[in-house]
Amino acid sequence: MKYLSEYRDPALAQALVRRIRRTATRTWCLMEVCGGQTHTIVKQGLNEVLDGAVEMIHGPGCPVCVTPLEQIDRALALAADPRVIFTSFGDMLRVPGSECDLFAIRARGGQVRIVYSPLDALELARQNPDKEVVFFAVGFETTAPANAMAVWRARELGVRNFSVLVSHVTVPPAITAIMEDPDNRVQGFLAAGHVCTVMGWEEYIPLAERYRVPIVVTGFEPLDILEGIWMAVRQLEEGRHEVENQYVRSVKREGNRAAQALVERVFRVVDRTWRGVGTIPASGLGLRDEFAAFDAEKKFDLLHITATEPAECRAGDVLKGRLKPFECPAFGARCTPSTPLGAPMVSSEGACAAYYNFGRFHEAATQEATP
Amino acid sequence: MSARASLANGLACPAPLARHDRVQLGHGSGGRMSAALLRDHFLPRFRDAALARLGDAAVVAGAAELAISTDTFVVHPLEFPGGNIGSLAVHGTTNDLAMMGAEPRYLSCGFVLEEGLELDLLDRILDAMADAAAALDVAIVTGDTKVVERGKADGVFINTTGVGTLHADFRPAPDRARPGDAVLVSGPIGRHGIAVMARREGLAFDAEIESDSAALWPLVRRLRDALPADAVHVLRDPTRGGVASALNEIAEASGVGITLADQELPIPEPVAAACAMLGLDPLYVANEGVLLAFVAAEHADEALETMRAHPLGAHARRIGTVGDEHPGMVVLRTGMGGSRVVDMLPGEQLPRIC
Repeated sequence: MKYLSEYRDPALAQALVRRIRRTATRTWCLMEVCGGQTHTIVKQGLNEVLDGAVEMIHGPGCPVCVTPLEQIDRALALAADPRVIFTSFGDMLRVPGSECDLFAIRARGGQVRIVYSPLDALELARQNPDKEVVFFAVGFETTAPANAMAVWRARELGVRNFSVLVSHVTVPPAITAIMEDPDNRVQGFLAAGHVCTVMGWEEYIPLAERYRVPIVVTGFEPLDILEGIWMAVRQLEEGRHEVENQYVRSVKREGNRAAQALVERVFRVVDRTWRGVGTIPASGLGLRDEFAAFDAEKKFDLLHITATEPAECRAGDVLKGRLKPFECPAFGARCTPSTPLGAPMVSSEGACAAYYNFGRFHEAATQEATP
Repeated sequence: MSARASLANGLACPAPLARHDRVQLGHGSGGRMSAALLRDHFLPRFRDAALARLGDAAVVAGAAELAISTDTFVVHPLEFPGGNIGSLAVHGTTNDLAMMGAEPRYLSCGFVLEEGLELDLLDRILDAMADAAAALDVAIVTGDTKVVERGKADGVFINTTGVGTLHADFRPAPDRARPGDAVLVSGPIGRHGIAVMARREGLAFDAEIESDSAALWPLVRRLRDALPADAVHVLRDPTRGGVASALNEIAEASGVGITLADQELPIPEPVAAACAMLGLDPLYVANEGVLLAFVAAEHADEALETMRAHPLGAHARRIGTVGDEHPGMVVLRTGMGGSRVVDMLPGEQLPRIC
């Protein structure tokens, strides 16, 4: 994996930063859509490096952050069921539900296992025919093909004790929701490279045109992100609003047709609630009726479980870039990474957690500077 | 008559002292099987006069001041590239002594064996323990075994307690970091955690990553002997929680701020690649044969040269500096020119989705 060092070269990065600064005649507001990109930005301190030229707003593209409370509560109910082995990607385990998180359920005897692929969960179901194995199918279009494949294979193999708790979301409706918001500040988007590897980028063309907003399909390494930012800034300075592809080594215009076809066969478009944002029409994927036997919501009668997010949490405003995390009254007091009220404080690249750490550092520096 | 035939003839037990290939509950009975387990498996490997007396306690020579440390080892899988739970149980505890500047002298060991554990595997674990102890000239002087029913343990759990002797003017401690100190690391980081995880999860990478499990005392002794008294302020082996957690503990205990340089962190390419794939941060991945040293700035180069002269420290690097700004915090300067806080994790590190 040589690309790691190649796409993290500090000298090239600094040259790109200088180019962005030379190009920008004012501070532009860009949103990176994907949590993976947020992670790189926070980890590399890119926000600080670009201060004055570009303000990055961390978008709603972290599946951990946007999975609705209701769905987390359903996961918790399933995991507590002694018949069930509940399987999930690792970082969903710490997301707080209304009462507790999956770790707490595990400590009380619930069978909760981390898997790296939904196909591992399917295999677990085959090895444990006396148990019900449920996989927490979260994520954007990136994880949808593998999840569709697991369901497809389960049906093919006649595995009856496997099901998925689906909470899939899709990117374009989220961009629409952000651009339709009257308080929107976002002037350009970095679209998620992995999502576009699957879906291609044609579906972003009408969005760029309708909202006159540049959209740059961008990768995840520091140089990818800086180049994506530069491409977006250049468009803004030149008054263009096009879809451009920075991540050419992975993304084709049409995407991965085979993966799209599989997703299309297994899933249908549904309305989906985004944690902190609310319901966005046609913004998610749910299993088609012909796969209802693999739908954990139906199989385990979970639809009666509903939840209301704590009113104190202003995650929605933060995710839309309307409120800086530190402007939230609960920030740093009632809400910290150890006691999160909402999802953006949970994962280390959540906007609130990132600000929490960054802010502590700057507060300390400021105190030092004051005699 | 074979055991199988006698069972077929009406559930007569096989001869009680027959050689077994697995641990049975009887091995924990305190009776003949227990004695045979000690005689055949433990004592031939841990050859020590005090242990061989099989008294209720070991009687050993002492010193004016002693360092004592205990640790319990529950690693899964029991064997991994670069070591096994046995070598780990010796390295882990003796390294803790070494980080206090103490020379490891004696070890106790307590074993919880799960019924059904293959005795061949137990032998390999004991061999590795014996070799690790012998290499350090540490005596395993007392021990205990218990057997629990199948399902009540994960193969074998080992507790070791180490006793070490202290040197009057070599007293590194976590609260002794001072502004100006250089932060040194003795070798590449992240190998143990990734090696164990790769084996546990059945992940295959291009290059197999070996655990760095090793005894650090020889390296510490060199630092003690080569540098002036009081040049080495803090020593810490960044095990569970990795470099990030160890540095946070030191920043907190000493009331100082630590600034790291991203580009100086020795992260082997295979570890970086595995972490990228798994969504982990190598700064939080466990090490078992690496030490962090906080050394007075004027002796930093000397300390680096001293470490580099030993195989364990061949790739020693200076990774950061101690300051009085942002006390209690660890801040990383990135190659991109930015900075971020390297915080403690709220719980265990979780693989990220995206």
